[in-house]
Amino acid sequence: MHEVSKWRCLTAAALALLLNMGSANAKPAGGNELRLATTTSTEASGLLGVLLPRFERDSGIKVRVVSVGTGQALKLGERGDVDIVLVHSRSDEDRFMAQGFGSLRRDVMYNDFIIVGPKDDPAGIRGQQNAASALKMIADKQKKFVSRGDDSGTHKKELALWRDVGMTPKGGWYIEAGQGMGEVLTMAGNLRAYTLSDRGTFLAYRGRVGLDVVVSEVPGLFNPYGIMPVNPARHPHVKHALAMKLADWIVSPAGQEAIRSHKVDRQSLFIPGAPPK
Amino acid sequence: MELSAAIAEAFRLLFSFDAGLWNIIGVSMKVSLTALLIATPPAVALGFFLATVPFRGRRLCVIVLQSFLSFPTVVVGLVLYVLLARSGPLGELGLLYTPEAMIAGQALIAFPVLAAFTLAAVQGVDRIVRETALSLGASRWRASLTTLFEVRFAVMAGVFNGFGRVISEVGCAMMVGGNIAGLTRSIPTAISLETAKGEFAQGIALGFVLIVLALGINALLNYFQGEGGMK
Repeated sequence: MHEVSKWRCLTAAALALLLNMGSANAKPAGGNELRLATTTSTEASGLLGVLLPRFERDSGIKVRVVSVGTGQALKLGERGDVDIVLVHSRSDEDRFMAQGFGSLRRDVMYNDFIIVGPKDDPAGIRGQQNAASALKMIADKQKKFVSRGDDSGTHKKELALWRDVGMTPKGGWYIEAGQGMGEVLTMAGNLRAYTLSDRGTFLAYRGRVGLDVVVSEVPGLFNPYGIMPVNPARHPHVKHALAMKLADWIVSPAGQEAIRSHKVDRQSLFIPGAPPK
Repeated sequence: MELSAAIAEAFRLLFSFDAGLWNIIGVSMKVSLTALLIATPPAVALGFFLATVPFRGRRLCVIVLQSFLSFPTVVVGLVLYVLLARSGPLGELGLLYTPEAMIAGQALIAFPVLAAFTLAAVQGVDRIVRETALSLGASRWRASLTTLFEVRFAVMAGVFNGFGRVISEVGCAMMVGGNIAGLTRSIPTAISLETAKGEFAQGIALGFVLIVLALGINALLNYFQGEGGMK
């Protein structure tokens, strides 16, 4: 009898493991654990390392983080593999909400995208007032540009900018890396190429990659982050109450102050609240 | 069901000869086969040398060689990366993020496998083979070739084993190749990317290709062994 239940237990465990394969987060969360899917930028910039310990201390909730591209983070939310998502791709977030996958969306913070490139700026785009036309100049002069190519929020932003100038980038100068922001910055540094980055990750990597900001703070480059608890009407098993605590905390004065306090080289990486219109 | 839909789409991609997919397969095959072609002759020579020529420090060499078998591929990638990065000693060559860098990495990864297999095989072969050859008037060189011919299946198994190790290797390929579309995106780095994107169909299609390659290669080995495989 004892043997039987042991085997049953093992089989159940093996099945659970199998069923969870393919989703990035294989561990089922325990009672007071929350599963958060977020983008590589929040993790790589060190923000989560500041934010989550404070939230965990304030709330007693343990947060398990899956950090992937915005595309996959949203898919994890759609499938109910996580309880809450923190991402940055406004149009995809609106679609996520419209399809009923999220229970609500809150503006958490924003930073801006920047175009970075070699210090000598071979395409001569420094100080351009329009991000898309700066990219077009890179393309026209066939200077190297590294694209994330990984369906991330940053990649989507880049593709939207190319669409703005009616271009489909192609050719030896256009390098589709298919990797995270940190890897792409490192690659652009090594190849003396341009790339589009979020400011947070770039500030964290600036000292190492030998690239300069060439275009920034122009329209079209703001990068808002939204947090969305997964809708319990869609996925009854999600921990909506815990997810709401995080969504509430992150926009509370304590959460917003934590975001503001995260600095690299005395510069805030993210600005709390919604971006300027 | 998402998985079955992904598998169906995987087959569609494969058999519609999707250009992107087959380009990835081409990169993998080109890089891995070239790496083996480069690594095999010196590795077999080293394995044979270590098995047949006694010298001081031979034991140490064998230990080092065998421990390289379990050398993590990401460390090979890291070392190559540091050497090839723009700020590194070989940075001027501009080899980082090229297929050539991947070939170098894979050759380094396959080398100990090939050498260790040869070493074990030659050590295992009956001394009489060599002595008979010598007594029949063969030159030392000829006798060595005879010994190597005796162990050809074991060496071949080493080559296939090395192939298996490099074709499925992701760490080093990602670091020094950079997973650049159309240039250095190989099967394993593409699978890792597609999974990160949540695009499982292409990942599964490539997974099938890897499995079919493994099956094909083992079938090939089996075929070559033929009667010789029987004991």
